[in-house]
Amino acid sequence: MSTTWLAILGTAVGCYAFKLLGLSVPAGLLDRPVVRRFAALAPIALLAALTALQTFGQAPHGLTVDARAAGLAAAGIAAWRRAPFLVVVLVAVLVTAAVRDLT
Amino acid sequence: MTALQHGREDVEDIEETRSAAVAAASGRPGRPDRAVVRDSLAVGLAVGVSGVAFGVTGAAAHLTVWQICALSLLVFTGASQFALVGSLAAGAAPFAAVAGALFLGVRNSFYGMRLGERLQLPRWVRPFAAQAVIDETAAVALVQPDRRSARLGFTVTGVCLYAVWNATTFAGAIGADALGDTSRYGLDVAGPAVFLALLAPRLREGGEERAVALLGALLALVAVTFLPAGMPVLVALAAVPAVAFARSARTRTRTKKNENNEKAEEHAR
Repeated sequence: MSTTWLAILGTAVGCYAFKLLGLSVPAGLLDRPVVRRFAALAPIALLAALTALQTFGQAPHGLTVDARAAGLAAAGIAAWRRAPFLVVVLVAVLVTAAVRDLT
Repeated sequence: MTALQHGREDVEDIEETRSAAVAAASGRPGRPDRAVVRDSLAVGLAVGVSGVAFGVTGAAAHLTVWQICALSLLVFTGASQFALVGSLAAGAAPFAAVAGALFLGVRNSFYGMRLGERLQLPRWVRPFAAQAVIDETAAVALVQPDRRSARLGFTVTGVCLYAVWNATTFAGAIGADALGDTSRYGLDVAGPAVFLALLAPRLREGGEERAVALLGALLALVAVTFLPAGMPVLVALAAVPAVAFARSARTRTRTKKNENNEKAEEHAR
């Protein structure tokens, strides 16, 4: 089995376990302010990191500003103006493609 | 079903009848099923079509159509799916890629706790319901005024979203495969744009959220220059305790200042 499949199955099992755990534990067991605050903030740190890495990262260890940055900047404006989810993604794709075409 | 369970359900029924009566008396009738179903279908369809973006991103990351569809069928929680695919595409070790995806899935445990309390599902139903414990079903179910409409909203949103998300994932993957070089069409930014779109509403919540996002992004960008792929995302998690610590230190200084001021005032008196 390829490592990609292993990663897919690992993620599937883990994510399912988290979902079931929540439904099964008595309410309040994990519900401490510290845990709850970490669970609320951790996705924000991860999402911001993923956005930054996939916008400026260049494999394996480089950073660069290219057409992707323009696309993401446009998407940022769309998101800030509360555009629907798919519109934000579409704006990023179209602007990136346009900038790549021009340069 | 045991008599005890019957008894408990009767109590629930009484509770619900009472809450419906209270609602009626206050001029706010219990929520009609049609309204709940309508809202649930709207959320399921609107969010479900984003599966296209996932299918495309998976194809851009050179996963096979089978692998992309397996992710949507088995993982079924968008942020984790995008994170795994993005990290694998960046050449992350499987362990690091899975860890990042799982950290994004922890929040579903908290939705599960809220939903468990609200829906009171029988034990044998929980393993089936669990797969549907995600942002959208929690959002719909937890705002319903009573248990009956919460269960209805959870079920309809979950089933609709699962069907649409998987169908559009398949369509996106097949479509992107047919296009060939996806980066020519800018489709490689669908992933980061999705993260940004998920992040944006959280940034409106407050200064702590914005500080965590900014610090998380900076930590990751610094870490990527020397750490192996996949690790920078995990390093970004350090932003959470860092910001919390800075905040509590500031509050402590402020309280101390207030105490000193109070003492000074007492002295003055």
